[in-house]
Amino acid sequence: MTISVWPDNKPLDVAAIRDLPEGERAEQLKLVAKQVRRLIVQMIDTARAGHIGGDLSVTDALVTAAFGVLNISPETADDPGRDRLILSKGHCAAALYSVLALRGFFPVDDLETFMKPLSKLNGHPNRLKVKGVEANTGPLGHGLPIGVGSAVASKLSGKNWQTFVFTGDGELQEGSNWEAAMTAAHRKLDNLVVIVDRNRLQQGARTEDTASLDPLPEKWASFGWEVAEIDGNDTAALLKAFTQNRNGKPLAVIANTLKGKGVSFIEDRVEWHHKVPSKEQVELALKELA
Amino acid sequence: MNAHSSVSNETFDCRVAFSEKLIALAEADPRIVAVCNDSVGSSNLNAFRDRFPDRLINVGIAEQNMVGVAAGLANAGFIPFVCAAGPFLSGRATEQVKADVAYSNYGIVLCAMSPGMAYGELGPTHHSIEDLSWMRAIDNLDVLVPADPEQTKAAMDWAVASGRPIYMRVGRHKVPSVTPADRETAFTFGKIDVTGDGNDVALVATGTLVSRAIEAQAILAAEGILARVLNVSTIKPLDAETIIKAAKETKGLVVAEEGVLEGGLGAAVSMTLSENHPAKAKFLGVTSFAPTGSNDFLLEHFGLTAKGIADAARKLVG
Repeated sequence: MTISVWPDNKPLDVAAIRDLPEGERAEQLKLVAKQVRRLIVQMIDTARAGHIGGDLSVTDALVTAAFGVLNISPETADDPGRDRLILSKGHCAAALYSVLALRGFFPVDDLETFMKPLSKLNGHPNRLKVKGVEANTGPLGHGLPIGVGSAVASKLSGKNWQTFVFTGDGELQEGSNWEAAMTAAHRKLDNLVVIVDRNRLQQGARTEDTASLDPLPEKWASFGWEVAEIDGNDTAALLKAFTQNRNGKPLAVIANTLKGKGVSFIEDRVEWHHKVPSKEQVELALKELA
Repeated sequence: MNAHSSVSNETFDCRVAFSEKLIALAEADPRIVAVCNDSVGSSNLNAFRDRFPDRLINVGIAEQNMVGVAAGLANAGFIPFVCAAGPFLSGRATEQVKADVAYSNYGIVLCAMSPGMAYGELGPTHHSIEDLSWMRAIDNLDVLVPADPEQTKAAMDWAVASGRPIYMRVGRHKVPSVTPADRETAFTFGKIDVTGDGNDVALVATGTLVSRAIEAQAILAAEGILARVLNVSTIKPLDAETIIKAAKETKGLVVAEEGVLEGGLGAAVSMTLSENHPAKAKFLGVTSFAPTGSNDFLLEHFGLTAKGIADAARKLVG
């Protein structure tokens, strides 16, 4: 993976972004997100497989959490008090792997092995193979219960780490999420954040044409959660939501996103759930992301 | 070794030993927590809750969530004992057991309370008779069925020490102690405990059926048929060596379990025999959804009794 969009071809000091003032942080996170999107497109091109639409919609939220807010680094990967980032929408592993590689958990060049035979970079993430992966997700509706367990453990141990769980919106049709939502509110887990990648598309159709989720913020609020509804492709809005007052409750961030964000011909089109772009389309995509 | 041993009249609910042991383990090790699904009473966790109120995480009636929460706790270094009625733990949360526990390689002890047909009259919805088949099919998950209170406690010690993903039945139906007094430990992971060295027939049993096999051994001895009893408390991985030895040294095996025949202990024994030393065998288990009746009545209904085992053995030998 060689193509870079870093200014002057000089990689950003991604470890330092967390300490920047909020405005500057949001600007740098945009650059990181663009780089992650380019990596995703290249990985899917190389593998000739993957879930490009959801990868591109969740990128900004993942990048903002991982580089702008959470204590996540290779140096603290085994630290019991580290923050936990759980990608419940495990089919978007390419986005997670890109984030982890840029953060130095493994060499960026390893991304070329995505989904290749015997690669550690399986189509869905495996914590035993990749440092930085916290949960072996893939079947939907698993991440939030695990996140609840992590948040309970954080309080029980007194170490007070944050747990961020990224779910899809279609994924919320799985009932296990709402079991976990009840537990989280009941136990007042204000150290738990769920980020719903609300791109309004699931594998087969629009969510609202399949099993409607609206009114989604009200659903979470009625379960006893603090709710923020924001533009989920805006790093500044994401930063603000991730650090807002939670009033002693778990926080649900409804991140309104575009599936396929950043590549015009992929954006908001159901067929790009896991379609693989042609070589020509890859070139076009990378041009748009330049 | 004795030719056979007798079974005492005193019987025990293994959940009592389980809860006493869990408190002792938790006192010694702050990593131990209990996770349950509104099953504080049925899992006998009242004393644990009183002693460690913060370390009992009751998620409500939500088994998928329960197992996921346990995985999150294990991720943070805790050792969760997940306590729920067997049918709901194994059936409702199967995918979480597979992905969040076994595939994730977490040291979580999934404690299937009141397994088999312990819920008797409540009927087949509440019988956990498929669990051994379902759980055996999952890679990297050890499957344990302690046969008495001593084995239950020793298996819990092993579970904590090993840090393994474990599914363990915790019996409700009262059973006598079957652990011979001369054993150094009541439970050795991956080893079948053999009682007697009879060379006519091997009685292979697990859980509630072990004491019944020992009774059958005595019935058969009175008729001059010499049996050995194999107590299989580790269903997976199966102690193939002891099974093969029994097949070689006897005229056949009777395998008895409180569960379906498709995929449980009998299936495991059958595969071991087929690949290594084909032998005559008879498999006893729960062969249909049960009619209404108590646990004892239903065991009798399906021939899962000392008499049923002895009858099967006689046919094999004769």
